[in-house]
Amino acid sequence: MPMRFLLLFSRQGKLRLQKWFTPLTDREKKKVIRDVMALVLARPPRSCNFLHWRDIKVVYKRYASLYFCTGLEDQDNELLTLEVLHRYVELLDKYFGNVCELDIIFNFEKAYYILDEFLMGGEVLETSKVAVSVSMENADTLQETMEEYMNRPAF
Amino acid sequence: MSPSVPLQEMIRAIRSARTQCEERGVIQRECAAIRAQFRQADNGGRSHNLAKLLYVHMLGYPAHFGQMECVRMIASPRYSEKRVGYLGAMMLLDEKQDASLLITNSIKNDLSHSNQYVQSLALCTLACMGSAEMCRDLAPEIDRLLRASNSYIKKKAALCAVHIVRKVHELGELFVPAARSLLSEKNHGVLHGAVVLIIELCEQNPETLERFRKTVPDLVQIMKGLVLSGYSPEHDVAGISDPFLQVRILRLLRILGRNNEGASDSMNDLLAQVATNTDSTKTVGNAVLYETVLTVLDIKSESGLRVLAVNILGRFLLNNDRNIRYIAMTSLQKIVGTDHNAVQRHRGTIVDCLKDQDASVKRRALELSLALVSASNIRSMMKELLLFLSSCPPELRAHAASGIFNAAERYAPSQRWHIDTMLHVLITAGGDVRDETVPNLIQLITNASELHCYTVHKLYRALLLDISQQSLVQVACWCIGEYGDLLLKGDCQETEPVQVTEDDALDALETVLQSHMSSPATRGFALTATMKLSTRITDNVDRIRSIVSIYGSCIDVELQQRAVEYNALFRKYDHMRAAVLERMPVIEKNSPGHTNGESTGEAVKDVPTAKMKQGEPLLLQQPANQVCDLLDLLGGSEETLQPGPAVDCLVSGLSVHAAGTAGGDLLDLLGGFEPAELSPAPQVLAYDKGGVTLTLSCEKQSDTGLTVTLTASNSSDSDLSSFTLQAAVPKSVQLHMKAPSGDSLPARGTAKVTQMVVLNNPNKVNLKMRVRVSYTRQGSPFQDTVQIDSFPGLDAAGQ
Repeated sequence: MPMRFLLLFSRQGKLRLQKWFTPLTDREKKKVIRDVMALVLARPPRSCNFLHWRDIKVVYKRYASLYFCTGLEDQDNELLTLEVLHRYVELLDKYFGNVCELDIIFNFEKAYYILDEFLMGGEVLETSKVAVSVSMENADTLQETMEEYMNRPAF
Repeated sequence: MSPSVPLQEMIRAIRSARTQCEERGVIQRECAAIRAQFRQADNGGRSHNLAKLLYVHMLGYPAHFGQMECVRMIASPRYSEKRVGYLGAMMLLDEKQDASLLITNSIKNDLSHSNQYVQSLALCTLACMGSAEMCRDLAPEIDRLLRASNSYIKKKAALCAVHIVRKVHELGELFVPAARSLLSEKNHGVLHGAVVLIIELCEQNPETLERFRKTVPDLVQIMKGLVLSGYSPEHDVAGISDPFLQVRILRLLRILGRNNEGASDSMNDLLAQVATNTDSTKTVGNAVLYETVLTVLDIKSESGLRVLAVNILGRFLLNNDRNIRYIAMTSLQKIVGTDHNAVQRHRGTIVDCLKDQDASVKRRALELSLALVSASNIRSMMKELLLFLSSCPPELRAHAASGIFNAAERYAPSQRWHIDTMLHVLITAGGDVRDETVPNLIQLITNASELHCYTVHKLYRALLLDISQQSLVQVACWCIGEYGDLLLKGDCQETEPVQVTEDDALDALETVLQSHMSSPATRGFALTATMKLSTRITDNVDRIRSIVSIYGSCIDVELQQRAVEYNALFRKYDHMRAAVLERMPVIEKNSPGHTNGESTGEAVKDVPTAKMKQGEPLLLQQPANQVCDLLDLLGGSEETLQPGPAVDCLVSGLSVHAAGTAGGDLLDLLGGFEPAELSPAPQVLAYDKGGVTLTLSCEKQSDTGLTVTLTASNSSDSDLSSFTLQAAVPKSVQLHMKAPSGDSLPARGTAKVTQMVVLNNPNKVNLKMRVRVSYTRQGSPFQDTVQIDSFPGLDAAGQ
């Protein structure tokens, strides 16, 4: 029922974000990444967003130069997963303001954090966009407070 | 030691590297610096270093030396360090690493931290990579948090509990009360988490499912609230209020309503409402509709609602969006077994999807089309399928070809059509068909005796055009060899007459023999065919002799052996040549007990026959494979299998027999009215269950031959359809099942089904037979097996 993994990669095949919801060894992860990337990058534009690979369904969507790709189990609702991917992009957009691939590259830690506020264990955690944004801001404030505290000169 | 650059500068440096080698250099330097920094005591830049390491890890470089640093960072009191530490734990430490256990204590402490964001970090990490031991340790904490007052923490604890339940099933019991109470929360996030948790608990444990069935009214209320509520800016997606929650609730309703009338009834109204009111112009609306349709089809819904659901799928099929069409076909595939007629209505649209550009849509359309083929639409469907085969993507070819063969096998309206279809497939996709296709087709051709002339002409023409498709070439060679005289005669009423001389035929075979495209097996076929022609032609026997003697020194051992043997046939055994190479008899389907060679006195070297023996399990039919699994129990020896009704299309003549036996059985029923001469064979009741009885009677035909008649009748109150019998016997016994008299057993014994089975027991082994009965009662299939150890009319030893 949950998602198995979430991958973000560019058209050149560079991985920008990977989130695994099932335990796999490093070798297995690399294999999955290679195979799924090859499959998705080979798809012509305007084709169906759903693929079948081994025993999982792959749902992908292209946003500008990035492919957002996730693996589902048999029971899952593919159309809803498209909405999940779209929601994640909206959250990133809201946070970074007109998000582009570079934002995700340089601020991958924040991208992961947003993902962790939206999904957990492969399931949707928070369905309200506002709530996620609020918790992001609060966490940022917390982080800055700590850093300011640390950077204060010690006498 | 040079100070390490902050994270962003490192990323810039890596990205500006022009070659892979340069990039590796930059990364190695950075990793060295990071390692050195890790060894140092606490300094302000620790979180930056770990973040750099995580970036490097994402690029694919090894980063295991950062694991202990993660553990240390998580234990730090500073939030920013904890945050990076936990992120590192999720990326570098999975449950297979030993270091993961070390963070259990830190997580435990952080779960009780005063700051909710620290708590949430711990919950998130536990849900991501928590191993079974960690879950067991921390489950009570999670349960406590589920009852905590803060909804931010509650929703995270709920999904964390889902992870725990997935890892350690027994802990499900612990969370049941908390899950129940969470359903009354107002916060959507918590509600969503609660629904997911309940779904997981119900799927793990059927007893829990029973207990949660009481929540159906609550769920229906919540759902109604969502569907009918006005615009809520927080949760709205294109006019649908919180589609994520709606879909989840629908899924839970599906699980609770499955196989339960009461629960299904209480959801009927709601589902109808959702199905009709949801706006289907955007993907999100369609997502909710899709889930609704799946739910309706899975629970015991009323028929009106079911029709509504199938209509929605039909609408989906006509949608311009490829995704929607794909979804529709996936769902229709699930119900094509149960609601076949409903799906048939949309056959036209589905067949159109075969022509879609997209590979995923094509695949779905192919599977669904194959499932929709039936006796009434076979001709038009086959036209479409063959058209598809000629333009389909290579990965689907094999599947399409085998599907077409299955369909042709089951519903062929005439033998000529069947042969034409198989030839067409071989010409279009000969490289992708399975190996047993060649013997199957050959056997089919031998059975269609009036079409031999037509077939051989057609194959000859195909051979002239293209000799690269091995299956086609093999069949063509075999036919030319076997029916060469018909080919040379030239007159054939079904195709335009074309004059083929003996030289032409031999030229064609020689081309195949010499071509580098021919596989060794194909060349074997061609050589044997050439040899067979020696008895069917008059003028060019010398040419054949020379061809055959050339191959006597061929490098390929198999060809060489054959050529040498054929040479011997020419020289020493010339008197036997005509008899050895005469026309082969009709090959019986699936008669592995006797080799054609022995019973007709032909040399065993005939390649197709040998291939027939090897290719025995030619099943195209699933049930046969399943029965094979049972067979190792019968007397400990391997048996061979005879699916009975398979020979329908080929043994049309034998239906007369079945009618005869049915008549005989009626006479048996009449008991005292039968004429005295007809002493009925002793009958034995072999099987009696569920109102279905199977009696069998035997008649010795010869010293080793035996005819067994199986009679089935149905004394229950419901009609049975698709009634089939299959039988298996010990290996040395030959078995041949005739066509049954019918396949439906009406209720209360108003009609019977009889089937004759001919057995030949040359080795006089102990005769045993295992019969499998399968039928459909009120839409649900049923199967049973019975073993028959003693046959009436035979003595105790089964002789």
